[in-house]
Amino acid sequence: MTRPMSEHALEVIDLKKAFGGLVVTQGVSLSIRPGERRLIIGPNGAGKTTLFNQISGDLRPNAGKIRLFGTDVTRLTPHKRAHFGLSRTYQIITLFTGDTLEHNVTLGLLGLRPSRWQMWRPLSHYGELATDARRTLDAVGLLHLADHPVSDIAYGEKRRVELAMALAQKPRVLLLDEPLAGLSNTERSQVKSLIASIPRQTTVIMIEHDMDTALDLAETVTLLNYGRVIVDGDRDAVIADERTREVYLGA
Amino acid sequence: MKRIAAALLAALLLLFPFFAGDFYVNLASQILIAAIFALSLNLLVGYGGMTSLGHASYLGVAAYISALLTSRYGFGHGLAAIISIAGTTATAAFFGVIALRATGLGFLMITLALSQVLWGLAYRMSDVTNGDNGIAGLTRPMPFGISLDSPASFYWFALLVASFAFLMIAIFVSSSFGSSLKGVRDQPRRMAALGFNPWMIRWITFIYAGFWGGISGLLYVYYNKYIHPSSLSTTSSAEALLGVIAGGSGTLGGPVVGAALVLLLKNYASAYIERWNMLLGLVFLFIVLFMPTGIIPGLNKLAMGLRRALR
Repeated sequence: MTRPMSEHALEVIDLKKAFGGLVVTQGVSLSIRPGERRLIIGPNGAGKTTLFNQISGDLRPNAGKIRLFGTDVTRLTPHKRAHFGLSRTYQIITLFTGDTLEHNVTLGLLGLRPSRWQMWRPLSHYGELATDARRTLDAVGLLHLADHPVSDIAYGEKRRVELAMALAQKPRVLLLDEPLAGLSNTERSQVKSLIASIPRQTTVIMIEHDMDTALDLAETVTLLNYGRVIVDGDRDAVIADERTREVYLGA
Repeated sequence: MKRIAAALLAALLLLFPFFAGDFYVNLASQILIAAIFALSLNLLVGYGGMTSLGHASYLGVAAYISALLTSRYGFGHGLAAIISIAGTTATAAFFGVIALRATGLGFLMITLALSQVLWGLAYRMSDVTNGDNGIAGLTRPMPFGISLDSPASFYWFALLVASFAFLMIAIFVSSSFGSSLKGVRDQPRRMAALGFNPWMIRWITFIYAGFWGGISGLLYVYYNKYIHPSSLSTTSSAEALLGVIAGGSGTLGGPVVGAALVLLLKNYASAYIERWNMLLGLVFLFIVLFMPTGIIPGLNKLAMGLRRALR
């Protein structure tokens, strides 16, 4: 399979999605370069998470195209997109609560490996999976909790497990849906430096409401409102733009 | 401590025919067969989160194919067993494609409907299946020339197969695939985002459960030397489901304990009370009220509490 060369990690072309009469994505187009840090902002109900769900494949758009590194993935199922190097986290924490942190991250690793189909060999026999999982937990500062079930740990730590599961996959494109939601100031700065340390091979697209923190991480910003792209461009230009102030401050 | 307990249990199981009468040895064989069946159903219900009310299909299909091939078409037991298991597995693959279009209640209803179709066929296609009369006069196989006609020899045969089934299923649920299955049960959306194919994982499990259901069906027809449409009925599926839930779904020991409980009640209580189903209902109610997660998890919790209290 030859992949057409493309200068974009992710391209969204004229995407449209409606739930009945409610139009949630109206002709959204985005072009994101490899390695770019893109922040997506907008008021509640602007269609940010719906856009993410279409990029990840959880929702199918009514019209438009989604390309990952030049390949059209619009019709691919979520698990196939994951194998194209797409990973995501969730706004609402979606972890395996009864399992240990190590097992959670191991699932992230397993998802992209052929050994996930292996039926005749106990998972505990895969030493390198455990080593990799612990290394990732170490990177997010949770190694000391590796053997605890997720249900035992604090909310802020769960947010970091969310990140660890996605990071373990070494994605080419990473979608972060409000990674700072509900965190205390200390936790916020921890997660912030964690996101800042993501290697440049990974393109990061982030939805976040906490502008103070998020703007520091972003190079480019897209402002959505009522399912439309209002402003799109370099961070400083978008902040300075008249229309941004209009959306946020109401003229 | 655990090892000693396991060794004692193994010795007890192996030596059982030496100190128990034929009635009890036969009852134990039936429990072993029901345990394999419950273990296979538990793969769907407990580990896969797919509650099926049609699992008797696989027991019945395997039993009928073997019965027909050996009695009517003069096949040897070896070849008949292979064809029967292959046919049952293929049936599970086909039924899985239909049933897995839905999840939850929809899935349950489709499995129920499919098993009703088979039950109806077994009843009505009487020129093939002998209808309500069932197929009688069957024989037991003679693996390596050893006769399985005595209660003890059949018990040991069933014990061998059941131990193998238990081992294979234990490895299955602790494997990478088993972890994928439990993940898909708990967070299907996340699992898909991580690169797992939820549908394929469920389908393969459905087929694997059908395979072991077929193995229990073979033992079932060997034991009874007779097969009747009622073995395909919803009651038969529901009894096994009840056993799995009562024993503790999603555990390895639970289905075995549950299957034993249902069979003991059926055999003992029915001698004293005509409506043994009522007693089963009461026992089930008791379990649900006091050990909502089942006997095995309930006892575990109790033991943990005791240990803490004694410390």
